[in-house]
Amino acid sequence: MKDVNLKETLLNPILKGNPISVLVLGICSSLAVTVQLKGACIMALSVTIVTALSSMVVSMMRKSIPNRIRIIVQLVVVALMVILVDQVLKAYAYSVSKTLSVYVGLIITNCIVMGRIEAFALGNKPIPSFLDGLGNGIGYGLILIVVAFFRELLGSGSLFGFQIIPDSFYAAGYLNNGLVILPPMALILLGCIIWIQRSIQKDLQEK
Amino acid sequence: MEYLSLFVKSIFVDNMIFAYFLGMCSYLAVSKNVKTATGLGAAVIFVLLVTLPINYLLNEYLLKPGALAWMGPEYAELDLSFLSFIVFIAVIAAIVQIVEMVVEKFAPSLYSQLGIFLPLIAVNCAILGGSLFMQEREFVNLGMATVYALGSGIGWFLAIVALAAIREKLTYSNVPGPLKGLGITFFTVGLMGIAFMTFMGIQL
Repeated sequence: MKDVNLKETLLNPILKGNPISVLVLGICSSLAVTVQLKGACIMALSVTIVTALSSMVVSMMRKSIPNRIRIIVQLVVVALMVILVDQVLKAYAYSVSKTLSVYVGLIITNCIVMGRIEAFALGNKPIPSFLDGLGNGIGYGLILIVVAFFRELLGSGSLFGFQIIPDSFYAAGYLNNGLVILPPMALILLGCIIWIQRSIQKDLQEK
Repeated sequence: MEYLSLFVKSIFVDNMIFAYFLGMCSYLAVSKNVKTATGLGAAVIFVLLVTLPINYLLNEYLLKPGALAWMGPEYAELDLSFLSFIVFIAVIAAIVQIVEMVVEKFAPSLYSQLGIFLPLIAVNCAILGGSLFMQEREFVNLGMATVYALGSGIGWFLAIVALAAIREKLTYSNVPGPLKGLGITFFTVGLMGIAFMTFMGIQL
């Protein structure tokens, strides 16, 4: 087995191989939770925990899973992790868990989790798999938080629920942009992030 | 009447793609041409239509708080709803596997059209999302759940076929370098979403 550079494994997915903007994985559940920064942070944290832990567990079992039924085994491991996260959220952050509604459950089918297990954890030792999952989770969370930052700032004039735009602005005729709160703007913001990233990293551009 | 209202609502107002971003991964990956998009869309409708009623029954008679009352009064207090994720995903994975085998055996021509997409559907967020929304909204009977499955499946189908048609045309346009491929697709989907929002507030 080839040696894996641990630092590279952790840091590469954060910017250069970002799961959302470069690999296009895990967009499903990510955009609906970015209306507010708080929800996005909790979601980012949950996905990071689930990806890291389930990558590690699957990697520990990788030699004993028969190839034919591996998808179902992986789904069960991931579902178990998600149930744990969901129960913790319900116990300690009930209001957040209500706003995230079905999207916590949808972490199970989040392509990042399955994608990293298939692509990395099945062929690597537990520790590198854990770091790979952690890195991908952070890279995913980073995009989520950037999108949520702009959506909450422009859409509600606040961050983490605290008002940022001063009242004098509103008195002078400034209005919150209601369109930013609606779902389609999340896609357009993500399009902008991809645009900026690909203008800087020219090698990512598609022909 | 309420069936029709739910049907129209789940196609247009609560569209899986434009309102909830469900099944986005395969939506973006498999929408490069209309033919494959139609195949995947049809498969999604079918799998939703099979899994959602089954999950509805499981939720009603197994998972919901107090759902086990039919086994006797001593079970009436049990609340197994924390198991719902694992039960739903297991049902979906199993159904997809069975559907794949049945289609392969009895309709080989359909199988060769759908072939590659069928196993992928097990991890499509739209399918699990449908079941979770069904659980959250507490539909009153099996009929409502089935109508919801059909409607959201058709909504997904419409969305992917429309995007595929637009992307086929886009190949001939002059898009700025960094936006090529993925970037412009995001903008397109965003604009389509805004268009779909005009259906908001439809009442029948």
